[in-house]
Formats: sequence, C-alpha cells, structure tokens
Amino acid sequence: MGLEKHEKFIMKAKSTLVFEPGWSEDNLTGAWRSERPEVDEEKCTNCDICWLVCPDACIKREGGKIEINLKYCKGCGICAEECPVKAIIMVREESD
Amino acid sequence: MTEEFFTGNRAAAEAAKLSRTQVVAAYPITPQTSAVEYISQFINNGEMKANMIRVESEHSAMSACVGASLAGARTFTASSSQGLQLMSEVLYFASGMRVPTVMGIANRTLSMPVNIWADHQDSMVNRDSGWIQFYCANAQEVLDNIIQAYKICENEKVLLPAMVCYDGFIISHVAERMDVLTQEQADMFLPEPNGSNRPLLDPKEPLQFGEVVYPDWYPDFEYKKHKALLESRETILEVAREYNELFDRSYGLVENYLTEDADIVFMGLGSLTSTTHWVVNELREKREKVGVLKLRVYRPFPDKEVIETCRNAKVVAIIDRDIGYGTTGMLYPDVTRALYPLDERPKCLNFIVGLGGKDVTPETIMNIYKISERALKGEEVDTVNWPDARIYD
Amino acid sequence: MTKKTKIKDLTDEEFLHYGSLSCAGCGAILAFRHVLKALGENTIVINSTGCMAVVMQMAVPKIPYFHVLFENGPAVMSGVEQALDILGKRDDANLLVVAGDGGTADIGMGSLSGAVERGHDFIYLCYDNESYMNTGGQRSGTTPFGAATSTTPVGSVIKGENRPMEMRKDVPEIMIAHNTPYVATASIGYPLDLIDKVKKAATIRGPSYIHVFSSCPAGWRSEPKDSVKLAKLAVQTGFIVLFEHEDGKRTFQHLPKKRKPVKDYLELQGRFQHLLEDRETIEKMEEFVEKRLEWIQR
Repeated sequence: MGLEKHEKFIMKAKSTLVFEPGWSEDNLTGAWRSERPEVDEEKCTNCDICWLVCPDACIKREGGKIEINLKYCKGCGICAEECPVKAIIMVREESD
Repeated sequence: MTEEFFTGNRAAAEAAKLSRTQVVAAYPITPQTSAVEYISQFINNGEMKANMIRVESEHSAMSACVGASLAGARTFTASSSQGLQLMSEVLYFASGMRVPTVMGIANRTLSMPVNIWADHQDSMVNRDSGWIQFYCANAQEVLDNIIQAYKICENEKVLLPAMVCYDGFIISHVAERMDVLTQEQADMFLPEPNGSNRPLLDPKEPLQFGEVVYPDWYPDFEYKKHKALLESRETILEVAREYNELFDRSYGLVENYLTEDADIVFMGLGSLTSTTHWVVNELREKREKVGVLKLRVYRPFPDKEVIETCRNAKVVAIIDRDIGYGTTGMLYPDVTRALYPLDERPKCLNFIVGLGGKDVTPETIMNIYKISERALKGEEVDTVNWPDARIYD
Repeated sequence: MTKKTKIKDLTDEEFLHYGSLSCAGCGAILAFRHVLKALGENTIVINSTGCMAVVMQMAVPKIPYFHVLFENGPAVMSGVEQALDILGKRDDANLLVVAGDGGTADIGMGSLSGAVERGHDFIYLCYDNESYMNTGGQRSGTTPFGAATSTTPVGSVIKGENRPMEMRKDVPEIMIAHNTPYVATASIGYPLDLIDKVKKAATIRGPSYIHVFSSCPAGWRSEPKDSVKLAKLAVQTGFIVLFEHEDGKRTFQHLPKKRKPVKDYLELQGRFQHLLEDRETIEKMEEFVEKRLEWIQR
C-alpha cells in the first residue's frame, strides 16, 4: 500500500513498533469484558440503534441481522442499555 | 551574482526568497523583526510565491512549520531570545519528526534582566535539541548558510532542521557589502521544493505520524536521529564544495585564520571572531604567534577540525558569548571534551564576554590575549575569566 | 440545518481499526467514530495529546493522522493548510483538529484562537469529558462546579470543584465571540445530530468549531453502559444545550420542553455522589441551569 517507498524510514522487527495499518487489531480487546451482549432475534426490529451507539463499531448490521464482533467487544453494555425493545441482554462471561 | 548592501535580516529574507520557501510562519520579536517584514513585502509584491502565517506565538510558528513541512512544503521562520525559548518544546518536536525546516536566529540574550541585545544565550541553551546549528560572522554568511542549509537538511541522509544564528543588531541590523545569488543561480543549486523523498500527510497514502514509541524501541530511534546529526557533517562539507564550485565562496565546518603556527588560538562564534581577526593581525605585526579558529558549524560539533587546529597550540582561549550558570561558558566543555583524548593537551582558558550586547572591542580581545599570554608563560590564571565585567567582591 | 441524516443513510465503512485502547463505554471514541463517518476518507486528522491521541496508537486510524503536542493542534493545522494551498492541493482533504477539553479550553486556547482568527479552513472538534482524563481525571477549565476529580477531591473541608458554575470556561461562546463562521455543540447522546453538524462544518469555507459532550465512565465513575444515556440526560436536564450558531443566529436542537430534574443526571455519576443529599447545592444547580437556558435563548 505504498509503504515500500518509505522502507528506509521503517525498521524491520516484530514488536510493539507499528509497520502495518491496523496493527492494533492484534490487540483482542474482547478479552477485557466480563459480560457480553446477546441478541434476541425475535425482539430485534433492526432499528440499528445498537450499531449506531457502539463506541468500538463491534456490531455488524448487514443483511438485516445484528452480529456482535466478540473478538473486540469490550462488554460496555451501551447497546443493551439503548436498545428500545430490550432485545439485547448482557450475559456474564464464564471463565473457561 | 549581484552586489548588494544588505543587513543580516535582509540577507536572511533574501535567502528565504531565493530558496523558494513556500510557507513562512513567524511571530515578531526584536531583533528578528525586519527579516519577516522583508519577507512579507516580497510576498505582497508578488516577488515570492509563499504563504505567510502570522501566528500568535513562536510556539505556534514552529508548530506550523512542522505541519507545513509534513504536508510537503519548504518552510522558513526566524526568531530570537524569548521567542526561541517559548519554541523550545517544539524544537524537539521538529527534530523528532525529522522535519527539514530552516530557522534564522537573530541572537539575543535571555531575560531576566530584560535586555534586547546580542549574545548567544538563546541558541546555545538549545544546542542539544537535535538541530544543525550554523553561526554567522557577517551578513554574507547569513545568506550563504541559509541557502546551503536547505540542501543539507532536505538530503535523505540528514532530514533534520537547522538554525542559522547571527548576532542581533551587530549583524541583523548592520548593512554590509555582499554578493547575492540571482534566482537562476539559486535554482541551479537548490532542488525543486517538493517533499517527495519523505513520508507526507496525504489522504491518497494514509500514514500515521507521531506514534508512541515504547521503551524497548526508544533508544533505536534516538540513536538514528543522533547518528544522522553526527554524520550530517559529510553532507555539510559536500554541499559547501558544490556551493564553492558554483559561486566561488568556500565554507567548511570551521574557518582557520593564521592558526598553523599559533601558540595561542582564539576560538569563538559569530561576529566577535571578526574583531579577533583584527587583533590577531595587530599581534602578528608584533611577531606574536596567534590565530583564530571560528566555528561555522557548532552542531554537529566539529571535533576533528578542532583537534587538528588546537593540537599544536599551547593555549586555547575559548571565547563564550554565553554562560552556563554554575559552570563555564557552553562552548568551553565542548572544546575541552574534544581535546581530552590528546596525550598533550593545550591549556584551555574560558572567556565570558559580550553578554547582553556589551561590545566586544579590540581591547576586550587584547585583555583575553594578555591573560592567555600569562598562561603561555606558565603563570597560574583562572580557567574562567570575565574580562568585560565589573567584578564586585 | 440541511436534510437530517437517518441511521440507514450512514455508511457502514469504519475509519478506525479494531483493538483500540479506549475504555469500555468511552464517549470520546464514539464521537470520533461518527465524526470520521461524516467526513469520510479524504480527511487529515491533527490530534493533540489526550485520551484520543493515546487511544489512536498502534495505527488505529485508517486516514492520515498526526499526533501533535498538547497545545499546538491548530497551529500545526495552519501549516498543513497553508502548505496544501501553496502546493495547489488544498481541496484534497478536510482538515480536522481533535482535542479534549483540557487541550482546548486550557493549554491550547491560544493556538485555537489564533487559527480561528486567521480564518484557516478547518474543523475543530473538542471532545469534552470535563477533566484531564488521559492523565487520570484531573480538573480542567470545563470541570463543572461540585464535581469530584483527582485534583478537586472530596475532602472533609472542601468537597469537589468549588469554582462557581458560571465561571466555567464556555468555549463555544468564546468561539462565537471570535465570529467563527460555524459553531455547534453536540452530544454523543444524539449521534445523528453530531453527524449532521460535522457534515455542515465540512461545507464551511473557513474555521468551524464543534464541541461534543462525551461521557467518560472512568472519570465520572459512571457505569460504562450509561455513557449514551448520560449524554442524553445532560441535554434533557438542561446541563448542556445543543445548538448551531451561524450568521449571528442560534438554532437549537433537542431542547427539552420540560426539563428533567438535575438529580436524574447527577445520581448516575460517582463524581457527584457527595452532592445527592446536598439540597442547597442541587437548588443552586437547578437555578443555574434555568438562568442559562433563559440567557442562551435570549
């Protein structure tokens, strides 16, 4: 993606230094949460408010269905709080 | 080449114009002011295609230069004294971002007490900010150093900012005869100002600047920047050779004057070295073996050249137009550190003169000589001397 | 205000990578997410030190981004803008300066005021969580009266921030006094309103200023799930007023017909716990809110 041109400015090594866009995606913030959102598809009216208010864009709304990206969802619970029909509930994470 | 009669500030403005600088962000402060006024006139006359940002502080002046440079433009600013101090946080920001901007410094002391006249306190206290530092002895050097600085700083091996320092009023406001390049000549020497050889802020090629670097990696970055500054001496010499071939004005890292057989070598920065030239001529007529070593480049410090000049001297009189409170002048430890590895080291004396614009007259230099001569004869003398200050015991 | 954006109109494209370091329930990153949606990929972000700057580490933004010093965002932007202009590339990008309340109201005020006064073409976004949250929630110029922060703690003698509410630094009004072409306040409680205001700002040739009220569970000691709710309650109680200011006129959004009691807002936040039984202070707050609502609609 055009980074080669700046090769000489980038030091090669694997560690906390950033070489590729989206290096943060190695940081699975899903591990932070103690509760995860679960969607009751009957109740869900696809109003997309949960998609709108998720700080970390962990809710997908394509294809008229709500899907939570549990790799990164931090379990804040805003989606459950703001859902007008209470179709999302927060479920305690069990230690596996 | 045209023959002109310019002040140092006018020379600085001319150099910025000839270098096709594209963004100038500056804030007024005595004695730098007329440099930026001239540039404003050039722009408003249509003689200079540049945008002037009349910022609300020097902190913002350097910040704007960094922003403009990272967007691909060639940038210039100028400042002095308190302004340079207010800017100091941003000096490290600029060198840390490896931004090749050039800044004129009309040297002026630092308050308190308040004083608007020349000494090197302002640029010297910022000597370790990762910037190349040139010191000029006259207006001609102001023009030549600024133009050369762009070619040096924009070289991929360097990519560091540069300060071109010249004494407030003594150089900034005194008109001198000088030879000025034509625009064609400058264009022949300087490449087209486009930042294409370095990463830029560009939506077509998104990059992130100003990342946090964690402890594990931080030394690596610092070493790279330090090494670039140390090795910039090669680029400085290379650019000087090219400048000399084109315009017949030779520059090095230092300038030696009658030092080959000198027992006493005077060392210093800026216009006081010209006064010292005059005194050296006087003394040479009386068969005194004296010489002057003027540093043109103070950062990176020219260790090799200082050693070569001073190794055979008996006494080195290091003249500081600044003071490190609680220690010596700031040039002094650089020189003694450079000479330390020599088996036989000359006696190094430090002279604090000309603070706050006090005139460095031939008498001042003669006093320095007398003290150095006593040392030459083996007498005990103070290491640090204040020849032009009234000492109230 | 031009056509109101609906949720379905919004792009699904995201301009921040996953895995960013923002706290769960962070209001600021929710604001930033939608601001970037409103502006799109042709945006250069100049971000002063603060929570967002820390959160953006590890290459989170997908657009050109520059983390600058605490107080020089607007000055750096001025340089970028004038460089793009002289290089004939000015129209290529929205220039967005982002800073928190401390970076805007306190340390960066000089730089912001200068850039606005010079009339550079840029958008300034202040995410206001009413304290220096990145450094642990120290008090800032916008901290509300009474709030407990780490530098205005609740002590046996002094309880929380005792600088009066009316002396709080009101940056949007300061920007209006600059005759800034477009000034708007927003809240993460109303994301669509925020998006419309950012889109409006992008059409302005010259400086525009958006002050977005963004909750902070860590600093306010509120539940992460309440971040959006609190940002709505702040509006519904009149604590903050959403408006646009352009051509000397002010238009209001989500102005509460009937104001909710201030206590509804305070009780969800640990930083106000010590006030809940303090009838006199609550009285004074209600009074302040009423007076200000009156003044702002004068």
